[in-house]
Amino acid sequence: MFDSYQENTLRYYPERCINCKRCTQVCPHAVFAEGEARAELAKPSECMECGACALNCPTQAIEVQSGVGCAWAMINAALRGGDMDSCSCGGPDASCCGGEKEKEKTPCCGAK
Amino acid sequence: MKDSMKEEAGCCASSTGILEKDKPSPASPCTCAVGGSTAGQPSCCPPTGDVQQTPIRTTTSEITLSHRLDHFLARWGVNRMGHTVEPGLYPLGNPTPDSDVFVSANYSLSFDALRSALAGRDAYILVLDTKGINVWCAAGKGTFGTDELVRRIQSSGLSGIVRHRKLILPQLSAPGVSWPDVLRRSGFLVEYGPVRARDLPEYLENRKAIPSMRRVEFPIRDRLVLIPVELVMAFKFMVIPAIVLGFLVSWLIAAELVLAVLTGTVLFPILLPWLPTKDLSTKGLILGFLVMTPTAILGAGAFAPFQLAVAAATLLIFPPITAYLALNFTGSTPFTSRTGVKKEIFRYVPGMAAMAGSGAVVAIITGALRILGVI
Repeated sequence: MFDSYQENTLRYYPERCINCKRCTQVCPHAVFAEGEARAELAKPSECMECGACALNCPTQAIEVQSGVGCAWAMINAALRGGDMDSCSCGGPDASCCGGEKEKEKTPCCGAK
Repeated sequence: MKDSMKEEAGCCASSTGILEKDKPSPASPCTCAVGGSTAGQPSCCPPTGDVQQTPIRTTTSEITLSHRLDHFLARWGVNRMGHTVEPGLYPLGNPTPDSDVFVSANYSLSFDALRSALAGRDAYILVLDTKGINVWCAAGKGTFGTDELVRRIQSSGLSGIVRHRKLILPQLSAPGVSWPDVLRRSGFLVEYGPVRARDLPEYLENRKAIPSMRRVEFPIRDRLVLIPVELVMAFKFMVIPAIVLGFLVSWLIAAELVLAVLTGTVLFPILLPWLPTKDLSTKGLILGFLVMTPTAILGAGAFAPFQLAVAAATLLIFPPITAYLALNFTGSTPFTSRTGVKKEIFRYVPGMAAMAGSGAVVAIITGALRILGVI
């Protein structure tokens, strides 16, 4: 109840894992944990879909639709008739979450 | 001997015309035919075409008063995109060809955090052109990304300046950087350092991050520094409606609008972890009611139809405003996923609009009845 964050687009295919441990290094929320022979998906619901693990996995054992978790950008994109899934924030001519639409994915706006 | 090495490296680092005395020979001799470098070129060769050789500047670990002023203005959203550092390679202290290379964004707060954390060390800092955006956001956008990193390695002549082939990147650049691609395209191995630059001294002791260094938290201090910019942005939307309300309706209602906005932009970030429910919209709505209920009761002052109608309108209009501002704070938190935020938008925005809309209807009817002298 009142928790929209239980599900996300993170998918892990452990059989492809070569245990390089990069996912455990890049994840800011310890979603992946080091295991005996392969990485373990420890806290999938903590995933914020930043995409770092998937991009840094050398064997494509991780998939995630990375993107901006910013309501301002998404609402702006929707209001302008754009695609909520490809909005992004930041950039030379956009203040934070200006609803600017060009490249895919962005995790944050005002955060560090 | 030295000359011949220089000859071999002729097409590479020496063309930068910098740091000649410190320049080591490349790890492997490179032989770039003049003007003939295309795909598959050796990593030490300068890129063709659009990439320009950038000169080396130097830097220190000192944070001066003017840097602090720059940080302060950045936090208040003044000249938001203007807090930049020139991209390129910066020697810090007296680096040797074996010194570590740290990569940063050209946002002054990012660069300053890194160089001050490296106080007393000799190192190189490679600043990418992230258009004045911080590491994490730039990584999300892709400007702190594999392409820019590879381009900057080449344009700085880094492979002619250091003997090793290792780069230390901030962990939060990982959403934009693919280490296998960087290795393949530049020959440099990416090492992800800690999330926070201030953990670097401890990290560098044994090149290992303890779990807390890899975690992003959102402590009160990090939430507090975001408040000024939230306020500045909300103020732009708030000031005209508040003045209009004040002149046309009542200054009490105008003050309530200001209160609702301040609740969403100041109180909400402070109280975030202690508000019930997981969704930010519901957290905001609860906080909105907590603040506006006593306000509405005090504002009503009397148990009469008109005062009660005004209180009802107040409670219908203002809590959703706080909730909407709370929902928009998702972009500033370091943990909300797009899937979840999208779900929140579809779940709660229609309800917020319906509440505020019906509140407006109640207010208009109440006002009309008052003018007609009915209540």
